[in-house]
This record gives sequence, structure tokens and C-alpha cells, in this order.
Amino acid sequence: MMITVSINGASKRWSIRTGETLLSVLRREGYLSVKCGCGTGDCGACTVLYNGRAVNSCLLLAAKADGAEVRTVEGLAAGDRLHPIQEAFIDEGAVQCGYCTPGAVLSAFDLLSRNPSPTEGEIREALSGNLCRCTGYVKQVRAVQAAAERMRSDGDA
Amino acid sequence: MPEDRDYAVVGKNERKVDGVGLVTGRPKFVADLVLPETLHVKILGSPLAHARIVDIDVSEAEAMEGVVCVLTHTNTPPTRHTTAGQGYPEPSPYDARMFDPKLRFVGDRVAAVAAETESIANEALKRIRVEYDELPTVLSIDEAIRDGAPVVHDEKDSTGIYDAAKNTVADVDIDVGDVAVGFEASDVVVETTCETQYAQHTPIEPHVVLAYLDSDERLVLRTSTQVPFHVRRIVAQTLGLPLRRIRVIKPRIGGGFGTKQEVLLEDIAGLVTLRTGRPALMALTRAEEFIAARTRHPMRVRVKLGAKSDGTLHAIEMEALSNTGAYGAHGLTVLANTGSKTLPLYNKAPNAHFFGQAVYTNLPVPGAYRGYGATQGYFPLETAMDELAERLSVDPIELRLKNHIRVGETSPIFEKLGEGREGVSQTVKSCELARCIELGAERIGWAEKRGKRRPDGPWVHGVGMSIMMQGSGIPEIDMAAATIKMNEDGSFNLLIGATDIGTGSDTILAQMAAEVLGVPLDRMIVTSSDTDITPFDVGAYASSTTYVSGTAVVDAAKKVRAQILEVAGPLLDADPGELSLENAAVVAPDGSHVGLDRVCQRAMYEAGQFQIGATASFVPSESPPPFLANFVELAVDTETGRVKLLHYVSAVDCGVAIHPKLAEGQMEGSIANGIGYALTEEMLISSRGRVRNPSFFDYKIPGALDLPPIDVILVDSFEPTGPMGAKSVGEIGINGPIPTIANAIYDAVGVRLRETPFTPERVLAAIRAA
Repeated sequence: MMITVSINGASKRWSIRTGETLLSVLRREGYLSVKCGCGTGDCGACTVLYNGRAVNSCLLLAAKADGAEVRTVEGLAAGDRLHPIQEAFIDEGAVQCGYCTPGAVLSAFDLLSRNPSPTEGEIREALSGNLCRCTGYVKQVRAVQAAAERMRSDGDA
Repeated sequence: MPEDRDYAVVGKNERKVDGVGLVTGRPKFVADLVLPETLHVKILGSPLAHARIVDIDVSEAEAMEGVVCVLTHTNTPPTRHTTAGQGYPEPSPYDARMFDPKLRFVGDRVAAVAAETESIANEALKRIRVEYDELPTVLSIDEAIRDGAPVVHDEKDSTGIYDAAKNTVADVDIDVGDVAVGFEASDVVVETTCETQYAQHTPIEPHVVLAYLDSDERLVLRTSTQVPFHVRRIVAQTLGLPLRRIRVIKPRIGGGFGTKQEVLLEDIAGLVTLRTGRPALMALTRAEEFIAARTRHPMRVRVKLGAKSDGTLHAIEMEALSNTGAYGAHGLTVLANTGSKTLPLYNKAPNAHFFGQAVYTNLPVPGAYRGYGATQGYFPLETAMDELAERLSVDPIELRLKNHIRVGETSPIFEKLGEGREGVSQTVKSCELARCIELGAERIGWAEKRGKRRPDGPWVHGVGMSIMMQGSGIPEIDMAAATIKMNEDGSFNLLIGATDIGTGSDTILAQMAAEVLGVPLDRMIVTSSDTDITPFDVGAYASSTTYVSGTAVVDAAKKVRAQILEVAGPLLDADPGELSLENAAVVAPDGSHVGLDRVCQRAMYEAGQFQIGATASFVPSESPPPFLANFVELAVDTETGRVKLLHYVSAVDCGVAIHPKLAEGQMEGSIANGIGYALTEEMLISSRGRVRNPSFFDYKIPGALDLPPIDVILVDSFEPTGPMGAKSVGEIGINGPIPTIANAIYDAVGVRLRETPFTPERVLAAIRAA
């Protein structure tokens, strides 16, 4: 079947197979920031923003995304200018191997778009679906705090 | 501190050189390279823990539309090799073949199918008919060493097994002094035995390889590995190819932690590509990763300590029994490390004995895992130290301070016990462990909290501590090389075999080169881990990269620096010996200067033309240990057995931290991994050898909500033999949580946990039994 998806602000028509997941379609269409770490919705490496909310794209049937707005980290930076969350992830040392990073950045984006001044507990809650084996989350949490602060002072959220 | 440490780039939190690409999701990983006509490869795993293949019929699978290639033991090379990515000759037995007619664990390779799509490949696997002759199994260490036990490796063509008929992969036995006499002469003796579980690395990116032929018909393996040069050598050996026909490229990879120090997929994907001429993508699913990739060696380790009444250790004995599963990859060396990375810490004991065996079972295959045996050894050692302190009625901190190794001291263990052979003698030249203990104790509030058993409803609070050391590479074995060449805009290519698996080694090695060359980090263009382009390096393991590869980088940069000064001399009308390099320029004593771009242009186009550049190699003659003091405050629920960590503090002496935030990140990540290992992570295995919880849903690694505040303190230190004063920091942190938490549980509720993980069931059972 064909679906129409607004992806990172551009409207695309994609042919999909029955039962195919959004993860599988996104990777085939070249959105390779979206990673597979388990395929069972447990690790969050495949996180995308689906109508503004962070979801596991490995659990979402692509057919469901017909007419939806989808965002990946490919669509986060404004040209060469990184999003403050991306800047903060680099500056705080929150990126190690980087495999879980796109998913964690999008979960943070979802959180900060709803809650510009989250507590540490709220940040940890928001990141709890994105497993990371490298960082122990310490610097990821700090990165989200730093990004929140910058976005508040920039009025950039 | 002895050295000039006024660094411009080193010691600074520079931006990670691959950071922007990673946060923007650029296609940097193995599976992100999309090639036309790529085949998908899937493996049929053994359903049985121990069996022989009587007959295998692949005709129906081969006949399926979309199936291109089927591999079994009947049509693949039988060469015995090890999957362990270690230096040559590997200290692991050659006991594996590509496909073996005998299967030794649930998940062992029966066949592989390459097809147009993954779903066709999976469907084809179901149509392979196999007749098995099921064999009696060996499913524990005790079963393996029992007289008359089934023999896991009864084949004639395997080599390097210590005693195959007794399922013994390796046997280690070393003595210092005489422990029998030592215990006799001790005033207090304690003994403890601890057991550790099957646990897995779980990098978020499972193993994956993309094989293809380049335009000259050479086999390219783009693979998620920690050891690209060992992959090239072992695949050449396994497939019977000349090494020169293979190129291994490691792009960005999604974590390793030891499991990617192993050649698990590259031989199959490579052979599919050679047979079909088409690219072949092979990726493990998470379930396959749990079932058939590598794990940590489960061990039973007994420690006996004897001390004089003043608290001086007089005798240490450690006996380790290691389960190395169906294959012996890393069996000997992990076992040896259990002693060699722990016992030198307490060098005051004149009598020491380490002995043990690694045994085969029909269970999942352990391999290298961050900590590499030391993790298993520190559990009983630091538990026994806690018990000894109690018997002597001294503070556990005092007992450690009295006995731990210091600067200028050595331990005979360094020389007696090495990486699968004798070790290398060394004296410790940097050790800030006493300071680590002091700072950590202060941060956790040791003096106020220890021994208080403060209740809070059903919860009781406690604090615990432990200390440890690791190494920095494998002395007189590891080798790393680096090449630096200069470009006419004053930038440099840094070519390194060193393998950045997410650690940030590309960044810290570039920082070291930039420091020597007097340029900002953005003048370094890093290319790493491509066997066609970069010089040799053993790869990312044994906490070697900063120390071993780092020294090679510094040496190469010094050679290049000397060439630059030679060329610049005439430009500044000065003697090269009086010139210095700073801010991307060569500076004369009178303040006149010339830019590096100008220097390189002269060398390339004007006078005495040559390429400014150099290669340097380094083989370490010692392995300076990093040191660590761990502290935890926790609460135990006496009604449910639940353990809640409240604060974890780690103070580490890793020498100079080249990049402090990345060094902290190594500690934080390894501590988190260690906390999972201590509290929740356990591979559950059925009575028929099957992994029962092969998913992140059922095998619980810590998420962001599951961890306490973790404080890492980088203690000021300088290693005189290290590059810019650095030692290592990659592994040591993972050893801390188990003994530290166990000792804190004792402080809280007075029970000793001797079996990991410390689940509520185990803690409650221990409380009730007390």
C-alpha cells in the first residue's frame, strides 16, 4: 500500500509492505539515524517523534503513520546550526558510541517541548525508554538540563 | 608533580571529533552503508545443548526462490581456529570451526542461509532438515569436572586445550612463598567463596557485518569490531585466504565492552560474498545476541586471607573455577587475570597462591568482558578484606591503607602471572590510592554513616567500600602504531589502528598529537581502524588504548615535530633546536614566527622537498595500574529484600585524564554496567541449556531511573611512563559495584551475599537464614 507521511517537514509518499514497521520503512527510505537495538520496543534506539511524541518506531506499523507527522534527528538541526539539545549532548560528554544518541535526543526534545523546566526526575523518566550501555546516563541528564537552560534563555523551545 | 603539565589541548574537554556526526544521525555505522544487491544472512542455531549432526538436508531451502547460498559443515572449510580476537599466537585454544558437525551449546551454528531478503532467509532456515544424535550434557562447573563427565571437545583436530578429556581448557597454578606456612603463622584467617552469574555486555548495537567485494575483487569487511587487524588475520586463517585479499574497516560502532573482541560473523558473511560475488549483510537480533554472542565467564572463586594481629596480610590464597562454556575463547587469559589483576594490590603478603581451572560446559560461550576476570576476583577478595577487618576490629579503610601497594613497590605476582604465560616484572610509579580512599570516604560520609544501621521503616541504611587496580595494556605483547602526515594548510592526518568503539579514543589520541604539534584539535584529521590505510594496532581491549596507542601517537608526533622545526629553521634564520611550536606556528626565541602552512608548503614545493610525516610503534614494557576506591550508601528493605542504592562514589587514579569528561564517562558507564551486574542482570538458563530470558524485557540492564547519583572523582595523578602522564580508565570501574554493594549490605543488615546478582529473593533468603 501507499502512505503519505510528513517527514521532517517534507511530505513523502512511500510504498510499504503489509506488516512492515515504521522503523523498517524509515531506514529503507534513508533515515538512517533511526537505529534498531532490539526490535521489541525495549531499548528505544528506534525512537522517532510521531505527531510530536517520542515513540518506538519498531512497534509502530508503517500503515498507521499514513497522514502522520514524523520527525527524526536528521530534521533537528537548522542547516549547520545544531539544535541546543544536540549541542548540549556533545558539550556535556553525553555522546559515547552514539548508537542510542538520536533516540535519547528525540526523547529529550519531546520532554522539553512539553516541559521547559523539568526536574532531574522528570528528565530521567523521559530518558527511561532509551537504554544506553555507555554513559550511565549521568552526562545525558546533565545535557538535557543544560539544553533546557539554553532553550529557556534563547526562547528557543 | 614532576612534569610540566601546562597543556593546551590535553586535559581539556574538547568536542569529540565524531560528535557532530553522531548527534545529527549521519550514516556512520555498519548497517548504514546501503549497497545494491545486498544479500541477508541468517544462522540456524542448534536447538540442543550437545549433539552430533547425523544428517542435514538443505535441498528444500536451496530450492526456495530468493535463496542464494546455504552453508553447512559439508561445504565450508574445517580449519580449527579461535574466535577470540587476541594477538598472534592466541592464548586461546583452536577449538572452533566455521560449521562443526558436533554442536556444543543451544545456538551453536548449524547452517547459514543467504537470501534476497531477511524474511526469505528466515523462512529457508525452517526448511533445513537436520537429524541430530543428542548427547549427554555438561551444564555446570561441577558437572564438567566430575569423573566420567561427557567430553565437550572430543575431536582430534583441536589444539591448545589443556586436558580435553577432562573438559579442562586451562589450568593455572602459581606460588609466591609458601601459603601453608603463611596461614600457620597468621593470627587471623578468613575464607570466603563467591559465585558470579552468566551476564552479557549488551551493546545497544548488536553484532553486525557488511561484506562486499571491491573493484579489484578484494573482500571488504565493514564490521562492528574492537579488533580489525585480528579480524583480518583470523578470517584469512579460517577461510584459507591470503591476508592481502582482505580489508577490514571499522566505522562507528555501537559499543563493545569486550563482546566485539571476537570474530563471530565475519567468516560467514565473507564466505557468502566470495561464493556469490554479492554484498552480504549479517546482523544478530537481540535474541540471537543473548543466545549466541559472548558473555562474562561465570566463576566460583575462593579467597583465604591470613593476617598478623596488627592487620598486616601474611598469606593470600585465591582459587578460581571458571566456566568457559562450549568454546575456550579467552578461557585461559580471563582466568589468569582473575589473579594477576587482583593479588598485586595487596603486595604486603609474603605468601600468595593463585590456582584455578577453566572448564568447558554445554552452555553459552563467555569471552572478553570489561574487567576481564578481575571483576570476578574482586568480589571474594574485597568481601574477605571486609570480613578480616571485622575480625581484627579495625575500620575496613584502615586495613586497606595498611596493605595496599604503593609507589616504588612491586609484587612478585606481576612477574609470575601474565596474559596466558609468565608476566612482566614492574614497580608501581604512580599510585594515589590513599588519596582516592580519603576523598571517596569524605564524599560518602563514611565516618558518620559506617556501622550505624540506621533504620527507616522497614529499610536499614548501610555503607560499604572496596578498592581495586587494573592494568594499562598487556606488557611485551600489545603493539600499537600511529602515522602522522602533514598537509600544506598546516593540518595533519592522524592514521591509527586504534579502535574507537565509542570510548572517544579518536578524540583523545588526536588531543595528544595536537598537543605535541602545537595546533588546535581541529587541525587533526583522524582516520582509524582500516587495515588498508592505518598502521597496525591490536585493537580496543585490556585497557590499552590510551597508554599503548597513546604513546605511539606521541612518539610519531615528536618525530613530525622535529621535521617541522628542521624545515622552519631556514625560514626563521634560526637553529631548529631553539624553535618551538605553538598556536599552529613555529616560534623563534626573538618572537618571530612562521605558520605551519608555510612550513609545509616549503617542504612540498620549494626546498629539499619531502613529505613531512612519520610512523611510530610502541610495545609497552610495563602495565601501570589505575587505582580505584569505591563507596556506596544503600538501604535494604528487611521485609522484601530489596536493595536501593542511594549514592555511589568512585575516586579513581587514572593518571592524567586526557579528556576529563570522557574519562568520567568511562567510569560512569562501567559503574552503571557493574550495578546492573550486581543487582539485576542474570541470564537464566533452562535445565536443557537454553537461555530463558533473551530480551531486554526479561534481562534487566539499568535504565535512567534505575541508578543512584553516581559521583566520579578524578584524582590528580601523573604516570611517568605514560603518554602525557596517562594510564587507563576503560575497565576498572566495572569491578567496583559487586563487592562495594555486598559490603554495604553487610553493614546494613549483617548478612554476607556471596552469589550475584543480589536480587530481593537472595537478599531476603540471606536475612531469614541469619
